[in-house]
Amino acid sequence: MFENLSTKLDRAFKTLKGQGSITEINVAQTIKEVRRALVDADVNYKVAKTVTDKIKDEAMGRDVLIAVSPGQLMVKIVHEELTELMGGEKKDININGSPAIVLIAGLQGSGKTTFTGKLANFLKRQGKGVMVAACDVYRPAAIDQLNVLADQVGVDFYAERESKDPVSIARNAVEHAKRTGKKVIIIDTAGRLAVDEAMMQEIYDIKEAIRPTETLFVVDSMTGQDAVNTAKTFNERINFDGVVLTKLDGDSRGGAALSIRAVVEKPIKFISTGEKMEALDLFYPDRMAQRILGM
Amino acid sequence: VGKSKVDEEVLDELETVLVHADVGIGTTVKIIDRIEKRVARDKYVGTSDLDRILREEIMDLMEENTGGVAADFTLPDTGGNPYVIMVVGVNGVGKTTTIGKLASQFHKAGKKVVLGAGDTFRAAAVDQLKIWGDRVGIPVIDHGMNTDPASVAYDAVKKGVEMGADVVIIDTAGRLHTKVGLMNELTKIKRVMQKVIDAAPHEVLLVLDGSTGQNAVIQAREFTKATEVTALAVTKLDGTAKGGVIIGISDEFKIPVKYIGVGERVEDLQVFDKREFVDSLFSKK
Ligand SMILES: Nc1nc2c(ncn2[C@@H]2O[C@H](COP(=O)(O)OP(=O)(O)OP(=O)(O)O)[C@@H](O)[C@H]2O)c(=O)[nH]1
Ligand SMILES: Nc1nc2c(ncn2[C@@H]2O[C@H](COP(=O)(O)OP(=O)(O)OP(=O)(O)O)[C@@H](O)[C@H]2O)c(=O)[nH]1
Ligand SMILES: [K+]
Ligand SMILES: [Mg+2]
Ligand SMILES: [Mg+2]
Repeated sequence: MFENLSTKLDRAFKTLKGQGSITEINVAQTIKEVRRALVDADVNYKVAKTVTDKIKDEAMGRDVLIAVSPGQLMVKIVHEELTELMGGEKKDININGSPAIVLIAGLQGSGKTTFTGKLANFLKRQGKGVMVAACDVYRPAAIDQLNVLADQVGVDFYAERESKDPVSIARNAVEHAKRTGKKVIIIDTAGRLAVDEAMMQEIYDIKEAIRPTETLFVVDSMTGQDAVNTAKTFNERINFDGVVLTKLDGDSRGGAALSIRAVVEKPIKFISTGEKMEALDLFYPDRMAQRILGM
Repeated sequence: VGKSKVDEEVLDELETVLVHADVGIGTTVKIIDRIEKRVARDKYVGTSDLDRILREEIMDLMEENTGGVAADFTLPDTGGNPYVIMVVGVNGVGKTTTIGKLASQFHKAGKKVVLGAGDTFRAAAVDQLKIWGDRVGIPVIDHGMNTDPASVAYDAVKKGVEMGADVVIIDTAGRLHTKVGLMNELTKIKRVMQKVIDAAPHEVLLVLDGSTGQNAVIQAREFTKATEVTALAVTKLDGTAKGGVIIGISDEFKIPVKYIGVGERVEDLQVFDKREFVDSLFSKK
């Protein structure tokens, strides 16, 4: 798509050059191409508009009209703007506390339980004592799933198989982690829709009960236009500290990253790139910008 | 769309609504072109007409659900063999849950159902399907974790024949379509079943997550290449996502949408209704 965008922009500018001078109207045309590319990459329509307005200002400010190769300059500006939008200062996960409490939340099937195992693995490898706790009492075999992953990476596992009360399980799990001197406890929760009022109240209650050091919102990178609604609602209810973007081992453009960042202004802290417990990476804004543009 | 005549502004507004529903720029442009042509032909079109025309044009793009399982879960004639459904899709879209719900519907319709636990990879995937089997009260054929999924599928179809089952549904592990080895595995699972029943699987059901954006188009393309998908199920439409990407998919690949998932409970499966779906694209929720 980048090839595409690049050639399109070049062509748009070339025809214009032949006719004499490039005008603001011509720039507007190329801006439309950029906007289309972003929406094709699943960037939210409104966000794409705001972003391209900014790109337009930048382009005019940097004299794209008299540049030798306006197409290339345009692409450069687009890449820079996207990178900056997703960047700012890099923020790591906060695991200060004894224990540090990490709460995991998100939509159904986004990759929370898998990420819980991966994060446990990541922190354990830094020499920290880690425990994971299963607070999904709804999905069939959710507890077993986390149990298997905990065994695989070799960290402690907490569950209450008879309980149907995630708030109390979470509270007990934290107590247990304290008693056993863990450095970090990671709480896996059930998937929930932002419109499910009872379930949103539940995650709020869990958060209130355990006061996490770090709350992470897990999002599937294939998510389309709805990413903004979900991120906004989750953020309003649990004010999360960071975002985890999953399934980036595929070929999704991941425009959701840009949308979420633009709407809730929370940093993306990790990316998930596979089903194996090692498939976890830190987030690099410039790489994500390239990906969204198909570079 | 609150004006009395179709003009540029109305069409722009329409574009916004469609793109926000994940219809995608390409398909949106196609729909708007069709509308513009009709408006030009029919001379005067007011907004009330526009609304109707728009819905018609979108429905026209979508493939009719022909053949296979009917809306009341009666099955086509398979010469005395069980009707075999293989369920495929990327990770976490809702395959196993959809199988649980489907199994329950068939069971309720008086059909004898057998499930095959062909996801031998993801942690506790076999347990998950077995819990669904227990809920519905039907057998689940499994070889445990980390076994050959093709061999599970073979056994499930064989058991289905032996037990005189009406339907056999095979679960498979979630896989991204970019992973060549895993896509080839699907082809193999499919081939192995044909040693038991020539025409199996009678249906390859691709499950798509309704909140997925434009990547769903590529999913449809690649899974179709590997397994000749015959039907789609779209899940998680109980949320705010509209699932508009399936319009272009149904148009491009001529694969009908059969079922939609609207929740996590066993009863949260519906037979796809085009009109309702198109209406929901324009509703506020
Ligand atoms: N390819 C790939 N698959 C992933 C990744 N992360 C998770 N998965 C897979 O996605 C599916 C869903 O992951 P889960 O961890 O069960 O998701 P969840 O959010 O806990 O799901 P619920 O608890 O049902 O809401 C599983 O098949 C995982 O193996 C990833 O980064 N890449
Ligand atoms: N809200 C809602 N959740 C759903 C629906 N269908 C499935 N889910 C949930 O989505 C999550 C993933 O569902 P699964 O059935 O495990 O998905 P899968 O495709 O089998 O996942 P893998 O086998 O890991 O690839 C679970 O939490 C389900 O309860 C639906 O229609 N609506
Ligand atoms: K919906
Ligand atoms: Mg989970
Ligand atoms: Mg499954």
